[in-house]
Amino acid sequence: MLTLTPAEWEVIQLSLKVAFWSVLCSLPPALAIAVLLARCKFPGKSLFDAVVHLPLVLPPVVIGYCLLLLLGRRGPVGALLDEYFGIVFAFRWTGAAVAAGIMGFPLMVRAMRLSIEAIDAGLEDAARTLGAPRLRVFLTITLPLAMPGIFTGALLSFARSLGEFGATITFVSNIPGETRTLPLAIYTLTQVPGGDAAALRLSIIAIILSVLALMLSEWLVQRAGRRARGRDD
Amino acid sequence: MIEVSVVRKLANFTLDAVFASDSGITALFGRSGSGKTTLVNAIAGLVKPDDGIIKVNGECLFDAARGINVPVEQRRVGYVFQEGRLFPHLTVRGNLRYGLELAKAAQRYVDFAKVVDLLGLEALLERRPANLSGGEKQRVAIGRALLASPRVLLMDEPLAALDTSRKREVLRYIARLHEEISVPIVYVTHAVEEIVQLAETVVLMAGGHVVATGGVGEVMGRADLRAQGIAFEGGTVLDARVVAQDLAYDLATLEFDGGRLMVPGVEALVGEALRVRIRARDVSIALTRPADISVLNVLAGRVIDIHAQQDAGAAVRVAIGGSVLTARITRYSADRLQVAAGRDVFVLIKAVSLM
Repeated sequence: MLTLTPAEWEVIQLSLKVAFWSVLCSLPPALAIAVLLARCKFPGKSLFDAVVHLPLVLPPVVIGYCLLLLLGRRGPVGALLDEYFGIVFAFRWTGAAVAAGIMGFPLMVRAMRLSIEAIDAGLEDAARTLGAPRLRVFLTITLPLAMPGIFTGALLSFARSLGEFGATITFVSNIPGETRTLPLAIYTLTQVPGGDAAALRLSIIAIILSVLALMLSEWLVQRAGRRARGRDD
Repeated sequence: MIEVSVVRKLANFTLDAVFASDSGITALFGRSGSGKTTLVNAIAGLVKPDDGIIKVNGECLFDAARGINVPVEQRRVGYVFQEGRLFPHLTVRGNLRYGLELAKAAQRYVDFAKVVDLLGLEALLERRPANLSGGEKQRVAIGRALLASPRVLLMDEPLAALDTSRKREVLRYIARLHEEISVPIVYVTHAVEEIVQLAETVVLMAGGHVVATGGVGEVMGRADLRAQGIAFEGGTVLDARVVAQDLAYDLATLEFDGGRLMVPGVEALVGEALRVRIRARDVSIALTRPADISVLNVLAGRVIDIHAQQDAGAAVRVAIGGSVLTARITRYSADRLQVAAGRDVFVLIKAVSLM
């Protein structure tokens, strides 16, 4: 009862793999956009902000379908990637990671942006008067102080990735061992007669995973927050 | 040597300030909103002027006509902010080393150990800014700015957030630091006491303009500035030396160029030099030396000139030895006593503030 079947293991491993890579690859661009939105003024900023937030408000299926049109083997971007770099997203686990990353992107940007906005820009000015060029100011002042927000953003996006369903199933379908992540596996089980018990087991696993992830992030955020606030304790 | 001439237009304020100073400590003095902070921000490069020139020690940092605008990080202008702005995620040591590590070895003129010693930071090195008192924070901020080996040190009301005793503590450190390390300092303040204790040159600002530049005594004695309602309260600043301490009465005898003053509560040793300020309204004038009077300090002098002011008052400048004291009396008294230039008088000093 308590041991996982090989099939369940496969689903869990795939889900974690997809979520991990989706978070890792969206971190750098999300941070760049968060800095841009928090610290820069430029024409069209509100439009850009809206575009970044689109995945939050659009039906996931629409995002999945757009990805299919763009990144599919015959899509304008997908064909180029396939031809020149041999990269294929369609119906692969990497495609699932792309879909999950995009769905979690606005959450990540938002958390990072808020924490960067909360940093006193005067500290960055002070670092510059001490002789630090902008990049060094970012690496030594802004980034360490934004750490709690970066952790929060990464975790929100990770959790969103674990739960991603609509965009994934539309873009990369529901292929066992390749794109069938936890939510897709649960959905599949509920569609077959007698699959209820197995679906319940997977659901419980999903709950445990989420709680663990939340606890880990809370611990990381508190640690980073203490450092950023500069308490000795 | 600092030469500044900048114009910066904002929506409802225009900064149009010109000054030059080659003093060790130059005080930028003025009420809040007079443009002091904007001016030092322009020197630091945090605010870009619309027009003008900024030079420090002959090095051009900004010249609108020639299109020169040296980036903040290359100006080597140390800045001590009003709120300290210590990096909260670094220890005191980390804060101090931040600028030190960025300074080129050839340009460093002060080392870590010396600054730590001068500012008394030894015990704080491993602490974090959140656990420091206000005075400690400002001392660390000063040390941090200094360790970047700046060409000039800008201090924007570094004592404004501190209580009186902390103020005195930090002020002492700044004075000491200036004796030990000869970096020019531009000190922004709206507190007269700080100017009197520290400054050699005062740049007086009002409404975005520099209205007077000169030595401390000179600018502070100018009655015309007071008449315009922009200067600090009129008075005299004297350089003095402690010649005796009467512990039984807690009275010190100070000697200045022109005579001696007895002042209560002076926490200084015999032989120590200090500055005192005598407000014009604390000085009265008598034609004969008054006997049986509680006022401690009565000095003989000769009237230099007298300025009637717009209100009931008149400012009388009296030469006492090599010093000049300003007395504020009523125009009525001036007429009644027939105070006029060249007349021998006695000045009665009711209070002396120590700096």
